[in-house]
Amino acid sequence: METKKVGKQTIKFANPPIILETSSIVGPKEGEGPLKDTFDHIVDDMYFGEKSWERAERKFLEEAIKTVLNKKKLTSEDIDFLLAGDLLNQIISSNFAASTLGIPFLGLYGACSTMYEAIALAAVLIDGGFAHKIIAATSSHYATSERQFRYPTEQAVQKPPTAQWTVTGAGAMLLGTRDQGEGPVVTFATVGKAVDAGAKDPMNMGAAMAPAAVDTIITHLQDTGRKVEDYDLIITGDLGSVGRSIAIELANKNGYDLSNNFEDCGILIFDPSQDTHAGGSGCACSAVVTCGYLMKALREKKYKRILGIGTGALMSVTSIQQQESIPAIGHAVAIENV
Amino acid sequence: MATFTDPEKTSRLKEQMDQSRKQYEQEKYKKITQKHVPKVSILKNAVNAFWVGGLICAVAQTLFNIFSNAGFTVKEANAIVAMIMIFLGAFLTGIGVYDSIAKVGGAGAMVPVTGFANSIVAPAMEFKKEGYVFGIGAKMFSIAGPVLVYGIVTSIIVGLIAFTIM
Amino acid sequence: MSLLWAFLIGGAICLVGQIIMDLTPYEISTGHVLVGYVTLGAVASALGLYQPLVDIGGAGATIPLSGFGHGLVQGVLSGIKSQGILGVFMGGISANAAGIAAAVIFGYIMAVLFNPKG
Repeated sequence: METKKVGKQTIKFANPPIILETSSIVGPKEGEGPLKDTFDHIVDDMYFGEKSWERAERKFLEEAIKTVLNKKKLTSEDIDFLLAGDLLNQIISSNFAASTLGIPFLGLYGACSTMYEAIALAAVLIDGGFAHKIIAATSSHYATSERQFRYPTEQAVQKPPTAQWTVTGAGAMLLGTRDQGEGPVVTFATVGKAVDAGAKDPMNMGAAMAPAAVDTIITHLQDTGRKVEDYDLIITGDLGSVGRSIAIELANKNGYDLSNNFEDCGILIFDPSQDTHAGGSGCACSAVVTCGYLMKALREKKYKRILGIGTGALMSVTSIQQQESIPAIGHAVAIENV
Repeated sequence: MATFTDPEKTSRLKEQMDQSRKQYEQEKYKKITQKHVPKVSILKNAVNAFWVGGLICAVAQTLFNIFSNAGFTVKEANAIVAMIMIFLGAFLTGIGVYDSIAKVGGAGAMVPVTGFANSIVAPAMEFKKEGYVFGIGAKMFSIAGPVLVYGIVTSIIVGLIAFTIM
Repeated sequence: MSLLWAFLIGGAICLVGQIIMDLTPYEISTGHVLVGYVTLGAVASALGLYQPLVDIGGAGATIPLSGFGHGLVQGVLSGIKSQGILGVFMGGISANAAGIAAAVIFGYIMAVLFNPKG
């Protein structure tokens, strides 16, 4: 039987699913950053009017999904599946959001790569004829992540320059079959391998994720026969400034020159003056930049073809406390105007 | 003579080789990453820790001078000063100021007793949502607990040695 | 004059802590440094090395956490003089009771009154 798989890890969509609509909603710090005009909503209150940060994150995710539905004048019943995930234990924000919305739900965990994992799987389901409309969504929150993975937010600590700032917000993307409208389409998805380069420092996740991102980028190019220049932009999720410069060196060693069209969502979302050290991170980092800035640029035809790579550090609090290394993953999705 | 190969031994050898190759790769990667890590300014951090820590101690000394001039004994004045400094550290953490002091001062804000108070209030406040017993009550001591444990253990060991010698 | 010495000694003790944190790998966290200070303060006090610092620096030596270790050990030692072996167990905490009680009560009150700002 003929399959849609090309090369080692890549899926080539026969009928590329279309990105019908996106929404992005962010917290106050992101709302002061360089990309502030590309988001749908900016919420000034880290608590979002809720009594705990976990509830606030849940609300961010719910609002992002409701916004994408409203933009297309749809209701929950019109959506076949919701693919969502987040960073909190047992992806609790997504579980609650899914229970509120009542859309058939597949919970995903790929750490900060979850948005791209969700887009890839949504495209597979749509191209396979299993669904008409799917929403892919993720969220993260600075304070919920800090207190789960690191220190209480008011703890007196000095962070190293390699540390990253978890983005507060959520992004949602509505994908559907080609016959439903105009817009950028998903042409390829390259599923990443979990790569353990032996990095252990939880305050330097860029170093843990860079090898996984480069592995996926190179495999994608080999599988598709494309070249780096074939993309107007190759953009990783949250490598940060440290991870990005490591990735450029690693790619260079393998004979790929990424120095011209390689960006990172975590670097774009914050200005260096915002004291976020190496840049943004978290599920929402790639989600809000993709659903906000990148979609805007694609719709305005600034880019014809981009390759997004969601990057995730696959550690847990327990594995870090037991001084294990940090495996990482990168999932790539090619988005094009055709 | 037939060569004798123990299959178990061969596979173990292969495993060891894989292991050491992996270790070599990881070491090599570690070297690459180190090049890209921005250097922290040790001098700047040290100067900041010095003046922030020094200032906190000078405030405590001012209080000590006031109370000892007012006729309290050294022991009493020390106890009062410790209480006031702990109150200040706890209060500044509560209103969300102490973490900003620590961002600049680093160890200058963590090492004084005000930092000890911060290490109690920060997790207690953060985990209040998990309840007053297992949230505040238990999490208060996530850093203060180990400090008390090692302080008390060390002092009792010292005491036992001193008692035996005397 | 006592202010200047408190500033200098207190600053120097904190400076050492900062250098330890900057030069050691990430595994050494704030908690490790604080535990180290208490323990080293207690040991230095037992060896008679800490009292001179207190004599010069005053609050500059008692306010850093190493001063808490010093206070515990001095409490234990004076407890031995008055109560013998019982003093080994009672001396340390009773000498520092005000600080410990203040930490618990003020810590509790602040945690009840305030919420983290993020």
